[in-house]
Amino acid sequence: MEYLPNILFGIILVLGIGFFTKNVKKLIRNIKLGHDVDVSDNKLQRWKNMVMIALGQSKMVRRPIAGILHVIVYVGFIIINIEVLEIIIDGLFGTHRIFSTFLPESVYGFLIGSFEILAALVFISVIIFWARRNIIKLQRFWKAEMTSWPKNDGNLILYFEMVLMTLFLVMNATDVHFQEMNSGNIISQHIATWFSGLSENTLHFIERAAWWLHILGILVFLNYLYFSKHLHILLAFPNTYYGKLTPKGQFNNVEAVTKEVKMMMDPNVDPFAAPPEGVENTVPAKFGASDVQDLSWVNLLNAYTCTECGRCTSECPANQTGKKLSPRKIMMDTRDRLEEVGKNIDANKGEFKPDGKQLLDDYITREELWACTSCSACVEACPVSIDPLSIILDMRRYLVMEQSAAPMELNNMMTNIENNGAPWPYNQMDRLNWKNE
Amino acid sequence: MSETIKVPTMAEYMAQGKQPEVLFWVGCAGSFDDRAKKITKAFVKLLNKANVEFAVLGTEESCTGDPAKRAGNEFLFQMQAVTNIEVLNAYEVKKIVTACPHCFNTIKNEYPELGGNYQVMHHTQFLKTLLDEGRLTIEGGKFKGKRITFHDPCYLGRANNVYEAPRELIQKLEAELVEMKNCRRNGLCCGAGGAQMFKEPEKGDKDVNVERTEQALDVKPEIIAAGCPFCNTMMTDGVKAKEKESDVAVMDVAELIANAEDL
Repeated sequence: MEYLPNILFGIILVLGIGFFTKNVKKLIRNIKLGHDVDVSDNKLQRWKNMVMIALGQSKMVRRPIAGILHVIVYVGFIIINIEVLEIIIDGLFGTHRIFSTFLPESVYGFLIGSFEILAALVFISVIIFWARRNIIKLQRFWKAEMTSWPKNDGNLILYFEMVLMTLFLVMNATDVHFQEMNSGNIISQHIATWFSGLSENTLHFIERAAWWLHILGILVFLNYLYFSKHLHILLAFPNTYYGKLTPKGQFNNVEAVTKEVKMMMDPNVDPFAAPPEGVENTVPAKFGASDVQDLSWVNLLNAYTCTECGRCTSECPANQTGKKLSPRKIMMDTRDRLEEVGKNIDANKGEFKPDGKQLLDDYITREELWACTSCSACVEACPVSIDPLSIILDMRRYLVMEQSAAPMELNNMMTNIENNGAPWPYNQMDRLNWKNE
Repeated sequence: MSETIKVPTMAEYMAQGKQPEVLFWVGCAGSFDDRAKKITKAFVKLLNKANVEFAVLGTEESCTGDPAKRAGNEFLFQMQAVTNIEVLNAYEVKKIVTACPHCFNTIKNEYPELGGNYQVMHHTQFLKTLLDEGRLTIEGGKFKGKRITFHDPCYLGRANNVYEAPRELIQKLEAELVEMKNCRRNGLCCGAGGAQMFKEPEKGDKDVNVERTEQALDVKPEIIAAGCPFCNTMMTDGVKAKEKESDVAVMDVAELIANAEDL
């Protein structure tokens, strides 16, 4: 019977990590629904971006208040996880604070002491984050797309973190031996006074309860990630690695179009020639994107990475002037639709059954797409290198090249370019008239 | 104005068996828009003054395809691109300067993959080089001490990281350069990009150009400097909407330099 807690702990640990792994596999499968893009270039620059932007948080601190608070929570998250390692070993082998048995007291005390300070700082930062959302009501957290689940999701994560930090500190405060050691209890010694007068048994019970709830909470949080906007803590790393390297103004040239155009311009091409043996029909089924499968896998990775902070939307000129477009919503819609497609595949034995829905119109409206000025402010603002603009452009391409559904004035503009090489109806032969005016 | 500007064409150069130092890509706005034509002429006057051997394509120039591409019409864009590249390559063009950030971005970034490789410069970068090489001098003239704010064109600034060339030119005028709340990489769009220039905006509570103009007026400038014909139009309209056209002028950086010397 004395091994019961260890066995129980082992089972919970395996279940918790197993369930998470299962969802990660699903996540990877969903991302791979996007078409392939070559991102094998410039590895050095890509690593550099990941180190600077994800690890070094260089774009987060461009907004200093949110940035510094975020760095605290981020550093706290990473460093306090060393403590989780001890908890896991203790849990599996029935030891108690195993690191303290072989580390010198001063080193152990220093470690736990820094965890405690970080835990307290994280707690304070999270409270400020909560206040920014719910009391100060920063505009970007109250946009149209931030109702119901996205809003609750944001708060739930903050509550989670508050509870986890509290449990960690209470666990230390009620650990009689640890308090007697009087090294590293820099914060918890003050919390311990709240529990003074309780019997050693009661304290032990509270300590055990806090210990179990803490590790259970961490496993629940780990599994919560997949269902929340919080995946960025993992995906920010690959996302910054695969982020756009070319100048922000450079939009990709659609290869399939290049082939067609080259053929049209080449007088030696026989338009009626049969394709050579073995060459697949290279014209894609669709120009542009109307659903998630038409986007690139990097776009889809972007969608899972988005943590809905709204910096993009707050910088968007269209959104600032009351238009419906919100780059954040573009990313959220892409993810929601991708999840829907993923569930469809799960329900239909690994194959997608058309459900009469698509990303265009059912999620992202044309009005949003046509409001974009392609100014790249959203791309510049994103702290984790998400590119909402390329999704907007691909969807415009679908509208124009597959549906001829551009706004009337744009059709006029394009007709002018076709006819006389300028967006306005002026004769190309008059192009140099300004010289003599 | 002394209206003796020299604007040779590539065809004329070729007929003489010569190559100009640089091709001036005028762009559609620069060729046809009444306001932008003044910018074109101002820039030509500066080129003439600095004795730059330049040429234009004239009637052989055609839209780069930028608004078509950004509207989603990749076919039309690539048709325009390939046609233009044929002309440029036939003239063996190596270096291009343009006063339009949209042409600048498209030719610089999107043409190489389609076979068009050139050194492309925005006119503010080119003027800065002329200045550094001592071929052009800039005097403050009538702009000395004036409060000037520079509106970053998205396709020059954020899109291509060119922030300093236009500012350095303005400072050479001995003017007081003041920055808006949103400047450089945080610059707010004028509202014309992404083919918005050619359509009515979507429903909202304000026009983007008015929002941007308000940001500019907040720093109380006498002149709003621009580096893009479309920004110029949008900001001019914004100033009119705020009924400030008698107090605040919207001018291209090239116009500032040319006017300072009464060219």
